[in-house]
Amino acid sequence: MAEASLGGHAAAVETTTGLDHRKMVMWAFLGSECLFFGSLISTYLVYRNRSLTGPFPQDTFDIPYTSVSSFVLLMSSLTMVLALAAIQRGNVRGMRTWLVATGLLGSVFLGGQVYEFTTFIAHGLSLSRNLFGTTFFVLTGFHGAHVTVGVVILFSLFLNSLRGKLTRENSLVVELAGLYWHFVDVVWVVIFTVVYLLPY
Amino acid sequence: MATAEHAATTHQPDRRRYEGIWSWIFTVDHKKIGVMYGVTAVCFFLIGGIEALLIRSQLMFPNGKVVSPDQFNELFTMHGTTMIFLALMPLSVAFFNIVVPLQIGARDVAFPRLNAFSYWVYLFGGLLLNASYLFGGAPNAGWFGYANLTEVPYNHSSYGIDFWILGLQILGVSSMAGAFNFLVTIINARAPGMTFMRMPLFTWMTLVTSFLLILAFPVITVALVELMFDRLFATNFFNPAAGAEPILWQHLFWLFGHPEVYILILPAMGIISDVLPTFARKPLFGYPVVAYSGVAIAFMSWGVWAHHMFSAGLGPVANAVFSVTTMLIAVPTGIKIFNWIGTLWGGSINFKTPLLFALGFIAMFTIGGLSGVMLASPPADWLENDTYFVVAHIHYVLFGGTIFGLFAGIYYWFPKVTGRLLDERLGQIHFWLMLIGMNVTFAGMHVLGMEGMPRRIATYPPGMGWDTWNFIATIGAFTIAVGMLVFIYNFFASVRHGQVAGPDPWDGRTLEWSIPSPPPPYNFARIPIVRARDPFWVQKYGDAGHGHGRVVPMPVAGGAHDAEEARADEHGEGIHMPDPSYYPIVAALGLAVMLAGVILTNLILGNPPGTQPAWPPSWVAFVGLLVFLYGIYGWALEPVSGHSS
Repeated sequence: MAEASLGGHAAAVETTTGLDHRKMVMWAFLGSECLFFGSLISTYLVYRNRSLTGPFPQDTFDIPYTSVSSFVLLMSSLTMVLALAAIQRGNVRGMRTWLVATGLLGSVFLGGQVYEFTTFIAHGLSLSRNLFGTTFFVLTGFHGAHVTVGVVILFSLFLNSLRGKLTRENSLVVELAGLYWHFVDVVWVVIFTVVYLLPY
Repeated sequence: MATAEHAATTHQPDRRRYEGIWSWIFTVDHKKIGVMYGVTAVCFFLIGGIEALLIRSQLMFPNGKVVSPDQFNELFTMHGTTMIFLALMPLSVAFFNIVVPLQIGARDVAFPRLNAFSYWVYLFGGLLLNASYLFGGAPNAGWFGYANLTEVPYNHSSYGIDFWILGLQILGVSSMAGAFNFLVTIINARAPGMTFMRMPLFTWMTLVTSFLLILAFPVITVALVELMFDRLFATNFFNPAAGAEPILWQHLFWLFGHPEVYILILPAMGIISDVLPTFARKPLFGYPVVAYSGVAIAFMSWGVWAHHMFSAGLGPVANAVFSVTTMLIAVPTGIKIFNWIGTLWGGSINFKTPLLFALGFIAMFTIGGLSGVMLASPPADWLENDTYFVVAHIHYVLFGGTIFGLFAGIYYWFPKVTGRLLDERLGQIHFWLMLIGMNVTFAGMHVLGMEGMPRRIATYPPGMGWDTWNFIATIGAFTIAVGMLVFIYNFFASVRHGQVAGPDPWDGRTLEWSIPSPPPPYNFARIPIVRARDPFWVQKYGDAGHGHGRVVPMPVAGGAHDAEEARADEHGEGIHMPDPSYYPIVAALGLAVMLAGVILTNLILGNPPGTQPAWPPSWVAFVGLLVFLYGIYGWALEPVSGHSS
């Protein structure tokens, strides 16, 4: 009576849409992240120019410096694309090179952020000093945390490839790391514009 | 059937097997995880219920002295937080787990280990939140935690708020992990022919709820992070002295909070949309409209949040706009109600307990919806805001609505999970006690609110005209408690001695009734091919409608592999189920310890609340981080048989 199959034959379905489960969940995760950064950026915008005491953004920012580190981060998206292209052609050595390059560029960006934070704190801007410090450090800090996670993922992939675990067949793993990495870059474009470039 | 079941039993020599309790702790089987979710959620439901009974005992008579005002604040905060985050949402997730893969013809969810992870994170988050009772005091600022009542200058007598902030963040991780899983499972793991417009309504509403969860929880996560930073690192997010506006908390909280209301109600609506057709022996009236109404509600739920803030002074334009959007959202809800009634009309109705609870849902939720439309009008809201009228409204929606829907689901799917029916007579007693109890408790609260009794007051003097209705409400609360005792007895008695259900006790319509009860670990010996809406009904009785019998081809990835598996199936060796894994529970434990460590270090060192955590990072949090990383890396590198993740 309770025949499990309604049809005549059994056909195992990999996925309904043809898209790998992991790729779909990564897109869903990035959608969720949009709301996360959206809320943080909204908080920054609501409190923009609302600090009662200094230091104020115009006293603090070194826009040419941050532009250079932003450029470094954007270039890391290029090397990420090259890493994925390499492994999709089966070129493991090329992928390793570009993975390390991406991780290093990300690390340079992080180093730049650490230096920037240190300088700002030396100028008297801290988390608790005023609304600008509160919103600036928390927004850019959470972005920095995301870049850090990305760098850890990139170097983990590199180490895994040294054990021979990353091949053309599972290049999807590299693609997923790339999706995350590009997202973190795109978010930085928005943050850089909103925080640094809009005139105060 | 028996032969297919027998043939599908697989024997893999390298298979890790665990016995007894370990088979539960390391399981990645969606049905077992669903049972754990359900049992845990019912336990938290009882804890939240005991908190409610203490509240009602305190308010039974004027000048009540059962608890102190401080304890009363803790009780109503924990009652709301527990019921919403630890009882109702996880009970819905229990049904997602148990039912959705069966309804779409899948062998498991898309990410079985992620599924186990979300359960353990939920459990640890719930335990952490309730541990606050043992460590100096529970949270005491209401389930909405308005800043700046939650800021250190106004709330430093205990770590309660810190437990609340971290507990909710941990629970958010669990909810989002679960939602990602069900989103992908429903979109990407359906059986061939199971198109969107053939999906059972419960699966539909699970999909909609998953979208709401992954989009709404980041918003409250940010609000909680900002509050946490204010408390621990002296930032200024909600500090008016630095130029900030605490109303930002209200905006962020309710931007999450209103979708959250629909996260709570949509799964229950899905349950009764499956229960009503089964017990009316008729297809769901207006199936596409019911499905699309759920989608419309989800969209509109993002545009109504400020109706929680009418009395905050946003101005007449904002109030008018949000008043209109709020009244509009009643339209798709009303459409659903009429379609449910249309489903019953002319049906051959079988009055079993699941149907009674579903009918209770329709009636009670309609009352709650109507008082909601009253509250949507700002002038009326100003009168009723922060009175017992709102308490009555929320309980008609969440008790009369969500809880009745969830109990309909418990009675409906219990035989599928256990293989035995819950006792029908006890079930009906349970239903009537719940229905009478909830109306006795909450109906009078409308009057109390109109008479001006504020919410969240620990006691009241005699002679306010509130004595009678408060006394009656307390009687009602204990009537509900008696109903719950009947249910608990019924549960334990029926698990052991209940009537054996067989695969299809209700003459069901959807795929879960086509397989044995309880289902085998692999669910379907052969993946079904779906040719119609209500596929099992059509299989049993033929297709009365037209145009439903068409097979819709679904793209299938990895054709060669499939052919191989199909061949193997015929020899009964094709079903690879994912192995049990201990990494999910390790990662969940690490995550909980890491976040809890932020306060635990201060607590262990005996620092007052609001002290900045010691730097270098709090050592408990650091230990948690190491455990978490071990879990995540082990998880990522663990070889997996059968499934991708």
